[in-house]
Amino acid sequence: MRSALRKLFECVDVCLNAAFSPAANPMFQLGAMGWFFYWIVVGSGIYLYIFFDTGVTEAYESIQALTESQWYAGGIMRSLHRYASDALVVVALLHVLREFAADRLHGARTFTWITGVALLWFIYASGITGYWIVWDMFAQYVAIATAEWLDALPIFAEPIARNFLHDATLSGRFFTLFVFIHIVVPLIMLFFMWLHIQRLSQPAVNPPRRLALGTLAGMLALSLLYPATSQGPAVLTQVPAIVGMDWFYFFLYPLLDRYSGSALWAVVAGGTALLVLLPWLARSRQAPLRVARVDLPNCNGCGRCVADCPFGAITLQPRSDGLPYGTEAVVDPDLCVSCGLCVGACPTATPFRRRSKIIPGIELPDFPMAKLREDMIRVMAGIEGSARVLVVACTKGNSALTVQGDGFGMVSMPCVGMLPPSFIDFALSRRHADGVLLSGCADNDCFHRLGQRWTRMRIEAERDPALRARVPRDRVAINQQDTVGGTLNRQVLAFQQRLANYTDPGQGGNRTCVN
Amino acid sequence: MRQLAAIALQVLFYIAFMAGVGYFSTRPAYTHQDPALALVKLSFSHAGERKEDCRRLSPEEIADLPPNMRRPTKCSRERVPLYVELLLDDRMLYRAELPPSGLSGDGASSVYRRFPVPPGTHRLTAKLRDTRREQGFDHERSETVTLSARQNFVIDFKADIGGFLFL
Ligand code: HEM
Ligand code: SF4
Ligand code: SF4
Repeated sequence: MRSALRKLFECVDVCLNAAFSPAANPMFQLGAMGWFFYWIVVGSGIYLYIFFDTGVTEAYESIQALTESQWYAGGIMRSLHRYASDALVVVALLHVLREFAADRLHGARTFTWITGVALLWFIYASGITGYWIVWDMFAQYVAIATAEWLDALPIFAEPIARNFLHDATLSGRFFTLFVFIHIVVPLIMLFFMWLHIQRLSQPAVNPPRRLALGTLAGMLALSLLYPATSQGPAVLTQVPAIVGMDWFYFFLYPLLDRYSGSALWAVVAGGTALLVLLPWLARSRQAPLRVARVDLPNCNGCGRCVADCPFGAITLQPRSDGLPYGTEAVVDPDLCVSCGLCVGACPTATPFRRRSKIIPGIELPDFPMAKLREDMIRVMAGIEGSARVLVVACTKGNSALTVQGDGFGMVSMPCVGMLPPSFIDFALSRRHADGVLLSGCADNDCFHRLGQRWTRMRIEAERDPALRARVPRDRVAINQQDTVGGTLNRQVLAFQQRLANYTDPGQGGNRTCVN
Repeated sequence: MRQLAAIALQVLFYIAFMAGVGYFSTRPAYTHQDPALALVKLSFSHAGERKEDCRRLSPEEIADLPPNMRRPTKCSRERVPLYVELLLDDRMLYRAELPPSGLSGDGASSVYRRFPVPPGTHRLTAKLRDTRREQGFDHERSETVTLSARQNFVIDFKADIGGFLFL
């Protein structure tokens, strides 16, 4: 099921890449889109609150006035408020499916996953109370159905639904309470949204500007063409037998009529439990790798690994071994996902060292750099020609793979971002290869969040450790997806053709060879 | 050209997304009760009589109590369950014994029930027993009402204003 889901996402990704380019593909921005819609909801909500009157008749009337006599402002705000809330549900659910499909819920990520589950509750609690306070016919349905649903829990001595028996018994105080809940729940939700991204460094909370503007324009157009309206005032002596339903928030409510409140509680509690336990129930596709380990004698406390770790797992702490550096790197094993980006960032991870064994300041015990150096040399040995390609493949955390093919050799690691740029320099300048192809996740959809970005910036010398200037950039290619199989072969072939026609500038094809 | 096609695709995507959001925000309509029916809702919250009378304590019993808790009577707080019947014409819609709430059974009994019924003229009868008697009823109200489709007809009970309320 999960692989079917993954395939489905891949198809959608390809389509949306064509339309938006990978940089602004909304599928790669679902969390950020969630934040974006949240802010639209808050902004429009503040406007609505200014004009909203609490009270049994005042609530409906004040919202009606906004919708009709202020359609150009209050009306649009109301529509934005509703539609952005709906869109928030859509992106949040897609986000859940996507993180699940991509297998990003295990180990150190479990915290993020579980705070996410809490967010679903907050989204729904906010939406349900929001519809409640309009006090139109739909609100009447929602209020009574929700109260009856709550009454299925054995906690209230007197049924809450009794509050909605009759207009005469409905109290304005109750409304003040709903409005309060509708404001407080989203505020607590904001706290959980913050908590949700606490374990991620540089979380994407703002979608790319192009996507944000396009979405806002779309929302505005929808609000103008199809404004959100009320469904006639609530009248408790009449049953709102047929209502226009917001299916994003109330798709489970028919269960209340078909079965019972307890049945819906069972579904909701079961669903929540399933989601919470999913990190343990769903088998991880990743081989359990050991977490990053600092080798103190080789760490100079430069802090690059701290800056590059996507999960904030490393901190700099006072030196404990007496070496003359101020700080040392310390890994928190509970936060580390073994992506190896810290290894790629560490300036001491260099194959040029004249020692038999390279031990960098930080390393994944399952992917020692000394072995990488050996593997690189081994898979390239015996490959002939002037377009020998070294493929560095990302296995998204899977176990290592070294392959030799037609004109290329391949080494693999949990993320291309694990490769220190000096290894590219080494492979090319020592003439182990004529080109290095980095083959990672789909563009802008890095499994380890920041691996692609750091790799690109290091190669373009925008970030330390930078690939040395002497390395001809045309000999380095970054490609996406497919570590084994047809696409990779095609990529290698295309790269080989480019390499065959390529001579290094100012060197007449004679690259220095020191070995 | 490619650029243009991409933009067209984006616009298409936005339209599809917004249309989806707009559509499902109110449609398809949901029929939560057959609109041809009326609704009778029986709901009240009412405390039944205590199960036992207060008993006068004998002087010896009073003397046994700690000085700060000495009272001349002892009262059990437990209440009787209510017994309720609701009839539509001569058909029994509902009949139940409603246990008191609270851990020691000293709270009010509550009921909240919905009965969709065909509209038209009906005789509605509500009966309640809230004392220790075994037979018969302490409160009863019967009325001929004309219900229209989708009408929400409420039967409440308030002891202090004379028993059953037909609203
Ligand atoms: C209001 C709803 C939500 C918002 C606004 C939101 C937002 C975000 C954001 C901004 C990120 C960071 C993305 C990145 O920079 O890589 C993220 C990551 C994540 N979210 Fe959510 N999220 C929401 C709901 C959920 C839910 C319901 C779940 C799952 C039950 C979930 C699971 C995750 C996971 C597992 C990650 C971590 C990805 C990783 O470790 O690489 N989120 N979310
Ligand atoms: S492997 Fe390194 S970069 Fe990756 S999570 Fe662990 S400490 Fe951070
Ligand atoms: S990048 Fe390497 S040398 Fe620098 S602090 Fe991290 S482990 Fe130490």
